Amino acid sequence: MQTARLCCGVPDYEVYVKHLREHHPERKVPSYAEFFRERQEARYKGGGGRCC
Amino acid sequence: MHSATVKPSPAAKILWVAIAIVGAWCLGVVALRRGEPINAIWLVAAAIAIFVIGYRFYGKFVEHQVLQLDPSRAPPSVLRNDGLDYVPTDKWVVFGHHFAAIAGAGPLVGPVLAAQMGYLPGTLWILFGVVFAGAVQDFMILGLSLRRDGRSLGHMLREELGPLPGIVAMIGVLVLMMIVLAVLALVVVKALTHSPWGTFTVAMTIPIALLMGVYLRWLRPGRILEVSIIGLILLLLAIWAGRFVAESAALAPIFDLDAKALAWWLIGYGFCASVLPVWLLLAPRDYLSTFLKIGTIFLLALAIFLAAPMLQMPAVTKFIDGSGPVFQGNLFPFLFITIACGAVSGWHSIIASGTTPKLLANEGQARLVGYGGMLMEAFVAIMALVAAASLHPGVYFAMNAPGAIIGTTVEHAAQTISQWGFVVTPDELVRTAKDVGEQSILSRAGGAPTLAVGMAQLLHNILPGEGMMAFWYHYAILFEALFILTTVDAGTRVGRFMIQEIAGLIHKPLQATESWAGNLLATAICVALWGYFLYQGAVDPLGGINTLWPLFGIANQMLAAIALMLATVVVVKLKRERYVWVPGIPAIWLIVCTLAAGWDKLSGPISFTAAADKYAAALANGQMLAPAKTAAAMQQIITNNRVDMTMTAIFMALVVVMTLFCLNALVKAWRTNHPTANEEPYVALADVAH
Repeated sequence: MQTARLCCGVPDYEVYVKHLREHHPERKVPSYAEFFRERQEARYKGGGGRCC
Repeated sequence: MHSATVKPSPAAKILWVAIAIVGAWCLGVVALRRGEPINAIWLVAAAIAIFVIGYRFYGKFVEHQVLQLDPSRAPPSVLRNDGLDYVPTDKWVVFGHHFAAIAGAGPLVGPVLAAQMGYLPGTLWILFGVVFAGAVQDFMILGLSLRRDGRSLGHMLREELGPLPGIVAMIGVLVLMMIVLAVLALVVVKALTHSPWGTFTVAMTIPIALLMGVYLRWLRPGRILEVSIIGLILLLLAIWAGRFVAESAALAPIFDLDAKALAWWLIGYGFCASVLPVWLLLAPRDYLSTFLKIGTIFLLALAIFLAAPMLQMPAVTKFIDGSGPVFQGNLFPFLFITIACGAVSGWHSIIASGTTPKLLANEGQARLVGYGGMLMEAFVAIMALVAAASLHPGVYFAMNAPGAIIGTTVEHAAQTISQWGFVVTPDELVRTAKDVGEQSILSRAGGAPTLAVGMAQLLHNILPGEGMMAFWYHYAILFEALFILTTVDAGTRVGRFMIQEIAGLIHKPLQATESWAGNLLATAICVALWGYFLYQGAVDPLGGINTLWPLFGIANQMLAAIALMLATVVVVKLKRERYVWVPGIPAIWLIVCTLAAGWDKLSGPISFTAAADKYAAALANGQMLAPAKTAAAMQQIITNNRVDMTMTAIFMALVVVMTLFCLNALVKAWRTNHPTANEEPYVALADVAH
């Protein structure tokens, strides 16, 4: 499941939330929908790409 | 370095000796058996044995001696963990992600084209090329990036070689990208020309993706798997419905397009798709094509193992002398640029220095992902070669030779191909077309249709059924077209960013990627660049692939040469000169191949120059050469060939300039008596892990 998501450029939401809580408690935790949208935009912002 | 110091147990030694013997035996059968067809299983078994041995021994050697990776060292994912881009991730998850990013249409197309020389030359180049060049490149670039905060290839080139080589390489990558997009789009054009069934199913992917996009955005945000299953069911329905569209007198003409019209549609599609928001079309299509790709690769592997086809193509054909109809040119250097992805592909150096190094949780896992991932891609290339070589050679040549050589009727094609020694009757060609639900299979170069017929026959062997062959054929076409269109869309976006970055070097405000006018302008330039080459391919006398694929091969191997030269320079900068040959020899080999192929395309009988001169001479005499019917069309062919000449010259110049930059850096580093590479300082994993 995690592999399938990552192949589409969406990392683990739980991992991100855990990271935020531990390291940046002052920041607001995004909802899954917000997180998903942000990642979708980021995936196609140049760089990387894929092979022929 | 735990595994390097542990002595292998006697049982392990016996196992490796056994694998080596089995591999050598299978390879011997593949290479030496003549006169009777052999079973594809020999080839697949030889490949697996060589990959396993290469991974265990050469991969490990590169890991411990050349890169000196250290599992105790903290990787970028740990040092810069932000929960988003830099995340320590399970190694198999990273492997899947990396493989999905490197495996595209390339390893499926090149080996199919190269099958005109027989299955043996392609097989040997894939097997040895990947172990000593391709996997080494991917692995070493990944290793370098891991030690540099996961930086990109361009960034590392600037840091290790200087700003100017960085800019030269950036321009090279942009031009390569345009050729890649054009040639991939041309594969789709070739597959869909006058194929209402195929065109309808591929067109249907657009509304299906839009529907998925809306579903993911508003109905059930982020449910990728759920929406992908819905998308897949709709796609299968579209394939099924395609038959009725093709048989309908009213609908078929709408989807029955010639190459020029399809090229224009794709250019328009490329522009619109790449300015739409990503969530609407690109992302859902990307999910579908990623899952479909992985699924289809498994299906192909399963079909080859279960059907165990005989290889009907001879081991070596007479076309190694350069007279082949699919692509022109001798075995050296053209085999080595025709099969790029699958043996060694420069494009991977961009992926290996992209997201992958930011995800690896430990340096000790880099060999699995970098070296192992490329071996998997080589295996895909071997399967594509098997699918092509298991076809009737007469059918293979009918599908891949241009109309200018075999004519446009089955009678003429069968006669020409039979004269080459691959006896085939017009009936067989008609029957093959009918089996897969098409009007004609002649001159459908580009790999996708050949692979589709091969796959359809293999799958039909294990899952027989009335009309199923046509279904499988269109499934295979759809699968390739789907991810090529995704690449066209995503690639146009990346190309647009690169154009804006380069423009920003000249005039800073042009870099602003938020400006709508700037975006539209850069997108239009990007689409015009690849669109020009696509259209050129659609009107090309030799069918396009014949012309553009070598250009793509030269460009891709140029990038591989640059990546391997960077690795060579860094090895010397680290003062590990005794291993300079590991990236150095493949780098030299690729420089030689690209320059030799470039030279053949610039001067001599198979060059773009000769083609331009031939048409120019005819035009001066007032003659028309097929397929041109007017003086303007003649002039267009002349201009196209002149542009291709210029492109070839640019690629050759880039290779030469980058070689000089690298030699300069190499000599400087060799003379310095301490390490000068720009690695980030060592931080122990134990000190940061919590």
